[in-house]
Amino acid sequence: MTATLDEVEGTAPEPASPTGRRLRRTRRSTPRNTLTRGAALGLGISMVWFSLLVLIPLAAIVATAGSGGWDQYVTTLSNPQTWAAIRLTVTQAVLITLLNIVMGTVIAWVLVRDRFPGKTVLDVIIDVPFALPTIVAGLVLLSLYGPESPLGLHWANTERAVTLALAFVTLPFIVRTVQPVLEELEGDVEEAAASLGARRTTIFRRIILPSLTPAIAAGAALSFARAISEYGSLVLLSGNLPYRTEVVSVRVLTFIENGNEAGAAALASIMLAVALFVIVTLDLVQRRVARRG
Amino acid sequence: MVEVSRSVKWALRLLALGYVFLLVAWPVGLVVQHTFEDGLTNLADALADPDIVNALKLTVMVAFWAVAINLVFGVTISILLVRYEFPGKRVLSALIDVPLSVSPVVVGLALLLVYNGRDGWFGPTLEANGYQVIFDSPGMIMATCFVALPLVIREVVPVLQEIGDDQEQAARSLGAGARQTFLRITLPSIKWAVVYGVVLSTARSLGEFGAVKIVSGNYTGRTQTATLVVEGKYQNFEQGAAYATSFLLAFVSIACLVVVAFLRPKKTH
Repeated sequence: MTATLDEVEGTAPEPASPTGRRLRRTRRSTPRNTLTRGAALGLGISMVWFSLLVLIPLAAIVATAGSGGWDQYVTTLSNPQTWAAIRLTVTQAVLITLLNIVMGTVIAWVLVRDRFPGKTVLDVIIDVPFALPTIVAGLVLLSLYGPESPLGLHWANTERAVTLALAFVTLPFIVRTVQPVLEELEGDVEEAAASLGARRTTIFRRIILPSLTPAIAAGAALSFARAISEYGSLVLLSGNLPYRTEVVSVRVLTFIENGNEAGAAALASIMLAVALFVIVTLDLVQRRVARRG
Repeated sequence: MVEVSRSVKWALRLLALGYVFLLVAWPVGLVVQHTFEDGLTNLADALADPDIVNALKLTVMVAFWAVAINLVFGVTISILLVRYEFPGKRVLSALIDVPLSVSPVVVGLALLLVYNGRDGWFGPTLEANGYQVIFDSPGMIMATCFVALPLVIREVVPVLQEIGDDQEQAARSLGAGARQTFLRITLPSIKWAVVYGVVLSTARSLGEFGAVKIVSGNYTGRTQTATLVVEGKYQNFEQGAAYATSFLLAFVSIACLVVVAFLRPKKTH
């Protein structure tokens, strides 16, 4: 409906009277409201539920964290165990995001440009980490990299277990953001470049990579956010050893279990800020890409 | 499209397959193998354990309500976001995605701070009126709703945008009411998107762990869901039961995935 209305407005001759023009201008500057009474009721009920479920609880975290002021943050963050957890989480999340940028792009490439029997199976397996319950993911990894490993790899309760769990749960993000873009990519430009004498590496670097960058960035942001916030898959796998394999989520949980709600809220509000930052960045990246067409 | 050389193609193919095999396929296969290494005894024992049976029942109940609520809420919000203009629409559409990148532990804490009966914002009032939210099923349903919230919306919104509203307008101009237009025009065209959304939400709801662990209090036999049982059994060295329950959860979630993969129409180029 909006599209047609805009069209009509655009093609209509400009009103001659200055009052009419002013009216139009004011109407454009304010957000339009096309809610009918039924829709407004639906929006109202939905917003009440959304507030009760998401907005008020998240506000409670910020409020509880803020009630202690800066001192609360200083006390929480200056705890060496918490600081070690933050350092581990951020290092591992960065590491895993870099790994995913490479592996995700390779897998997306293979899924789109390569042809071999069983490709559909690979395509479905990529989504398994999304669908698998996180606690099961931990158990699954433990069966190959735990004490009974058929490969003889005893990675449980080490830093490698954290890397492994994060790699598992973030596997689909970059694959699934890059894949559709790669599918839409026109072969003509690449052929033109090749016919003009560009080598394959040049074609990849100058033609393919630039068009994939926004998708890779979006996927990387999502996988970083997920890696920072991961909990379930680490429970059985990493052993949650203080100073060694304990991540931020586990610290928050420890604070909750010890009844230290203010400390938990302080740490949680930082995680929330990171999550919001990622969402806003993604929104901006996508808007920019959409504008460029 | 420019072909890459044979060796590069093989190298990339093997790299991708090897990575996915070592990270996902082999470990998942091993869990299936562990579950069935003594025949069906692991599964049979698990299904005879009242704790596990209670947990499975509770999981299904919580997932059912969470999916039902998210379905109604998701379809309503999707239609509002696509078909109507209102102030704050952009903010709302960004906020809808928040649950996807918030840690389950943070979700649990957020609900705890508002609804716990001791010093929560609304908890004491609700409990005084006989509604216990935290450490009971309402809290677990809310936590599950929270984490699965955007899934239906993310499936339905693109489809609504793509089909446009020509048919709806035609129906309206021919005298159909809002209800009739929704039931006979809008709903049939978004049917499959809604189905994918529901399947994905179901998989997510059955598997939620962190948020539910915090709000449920993890009481064995009462507020313990299937994922919490897996943790409990594994830590009690009852590996067989843990593997069997994991297998059931993995089986359902992978079945959901395969259903979506087959239902989703292949893109026509």
